[in-house]
Amino acid sequence: MRREGSAFQGLGVVMLKELSDHLTSIRFFVLELLVVLIALVTVYAAAQQIKDTTAEDPFLFLRLFTTSREPLPAFLFWLSLLVPVMAIGLAFDSVNGEYNRRTLSRILSQPIYRDALLFGKFLGGLVTLTIALIVLWLMVIGLGLLFVGIPPGGEEIARIFVFLAVTIVYAGVWLALSLLLSTLFRSAATAALVALGLWLFIYLLWPILAEVLAQAIVPPDPRYTALGLQTPGTVELQQILARLSPSTLFAEAVVALLDPTTRSLGPIYLSQLQGAVLGAPLPLSESMLIAWPQTVGMVATAILLFVIGYVVFQRQEVRA
Amino acid sequence: MSEDIVIEARGLTKTYGRAVAVDHISFSVGRGEIFGLLGPNGAGKTTTILMLLGLTDISGGEVRVLGFDPAREPLSVKRRVGYLPDTVGFYDQLTAADNLRYTARLIGFKKAEREKRIADALDQVGLSEFAEKRVGTFSRGMRQRLGLAEILMKGAQIAILDEPTSGLDPHATAELLAIIRGFKNEGVSVLLSSHLLERVQSVCDRVALFSGGHIALMGSVADLGREVLGGGYVVDIEADGAGLAERLALIPGVSGVEKTGIGKLRLHADRDVRPEVAAEVVAMQGRLKYLGVQEPSLDAIYTRYFETRPNEEMAMKEGARHAA
Repeated sequence: MRREGSAFQGLGVVMLKELSDHLTSIRFFVLELLVVLIALVTVYAAAQQIKDTTAEDPFLFLRLFTTSREPLPAFLFWLSLLVPVMAIGLAFDSVNGEYNRRTLSRILSQPIYRDALLFGKFLGGLVTLTIALIVLWLMVIGLGLLFVGIPPGGEEIARIFVFLAVTIVYAGVWLALSLLLSTLFRSAATAALVALGLWLFIYLLWPILAEVLAQAIVPPDPRYTALGLQTPGTVELQQILARLSPSTLFAEAVVALLDPTTRSLGPIYLSQLQGAVLGAPLPLSESMLIAWPQTVGMVATAILLFVIGYVVFQRQEVRA
Repeated sequence: MSEDIVIEARGLTKTYGRAVAVDHISFSVGRGEIFGLLGPNGAGKTTTILMLLGLTDISGGEVRVLGFDPAREPLSVKRRVGYLPDTVGFYDQLTAADNLRYTARLIGFKKAEREKRIADALDQVGLSEFAEKRVGTFSRGMRQRLGLAEILMKGAQIAILDEPTSGLDPHATAELLAIIRGFKNEGVSVLLSSHLLERVQSVCDRVALFSGGHIALMGSVADLGREVLGGGYVVDIEADGAGLAERLALIPGVSGVEKTGIGKLRLHADRDVRPEVAAEVVAMQGRLKYLGVQEPSLDAIYTRYFETRPNEEMAMKEGARHAA
């Protein structure tokens, strides 16, 4: 059975409404302020560290993102921590909020499909996050210029913007998760708590669990242990498990992009090192190739989460 | 389908798992008619409305709204039908006009037309001076009126109102009912649901009384009154004059006369006998102080109907449960 009309009718209207709601909300202002402050502090600290220690580096500018100065973690650490919080903060009440304000049935009685409402909400959130991240990136680059005093090269700029794109994808994963939870739970507080719980689990607990599980399933071989080496089977399983988490995927993709000397994200075998000049940087296209599977994995996760939310939303009763 | 039928439902059914919410109901609403779906909460009124709008799946039966099938052509239906949900919500942080602007954009009105329609609609429901006030400050009655303004702005051919008067004070109810009557004057058909029978009886041309997913009774209030209350008119008279009761009893169609007080009489008749009564009193040179016919009340009809058929009602519910 074919439905009449386009599923996207009203999509732009919903998106713009969500965007304007987000950009004028106090919630967004607080989150953005937090991120900007952290960027300011970490970039300043990184610049000091770079001045003190690094003599010469062709990718000096990229180090702004990854260098830390005790006791403060690097900008990258904060980013992977705060992007999920921003995404959750924007979307945890987007569908159940419409129920609770009793606006949902009124909006859905207008000539649009539910598709447009849900997708519009997702796009509105994503555009909001994109704007916030672009502002942040430009700020970091500007601050870097001020603090370090060396302009970034062309390839560095390219890497920084590919990094931005990957960060937006990562934000999309958390946005889709948050939107799904806001569809599943009628109470916004429950949705927010579950989202934060999942975030803590994925971010803090899962890497440890992955290691424990891998060792339980494939016990380390004593022969390797005796030599002070890790068992390949265990390490591989641990990596597979860890990569189920979007945070791991994001971290790996970013390492490949921001550190041009990264040649592989998994265990390296001797055969792969033949003819390699260790420590020599790879061109951007090669780095992107290394980060590609991780990025596609994140896109797929976001799509999967959105589709589950979409199916749940389509089957939901509109009466409050 | 006739040109004058705007909503037609035949055997409309909605089941949730084993529970039957709406059980094979059939009704039709004519152009410019105000049709009331009345009944207690949980009788299936809102579910019926959501099926008409294509907002919930139809389990069985057929429905046509302005000739469109809401399940297959929901956009065509929703473009022409305005809906005021039970306790309608708006975006509190936006102004009344901005709330309507959002809806107008969703409908797809161009900017110039949008502004004109919004101004006209707000004017019609008496909210013009509150157009730039945030809805968060609105009373319940104002929100309901804003909901009606949305339907007016949409230029809907049918207005579907779910419990429009619930929770409103008498003054706000009267205002709202006046606006609903205004719909009729503009040729807009109205389908309204309510559990407050006497409030809406005055505006409805025809009503359908819901009970347990069925339509128990359908027709105009007067017809239902005759059908259920054992027919007949009740005429109250206050007049003086000796032997008046005896003379009035002789009027054709009068089946009984009772004294309800000093100089007060109540006639039971099978038609409206007020003209004859007036003539009799005047002929006796009596003084007529009061003459009125009791309108049948929906409350009385409803109570009487279910008083007389409690067993049948139970049996229907049982049957529905078994059928499911």
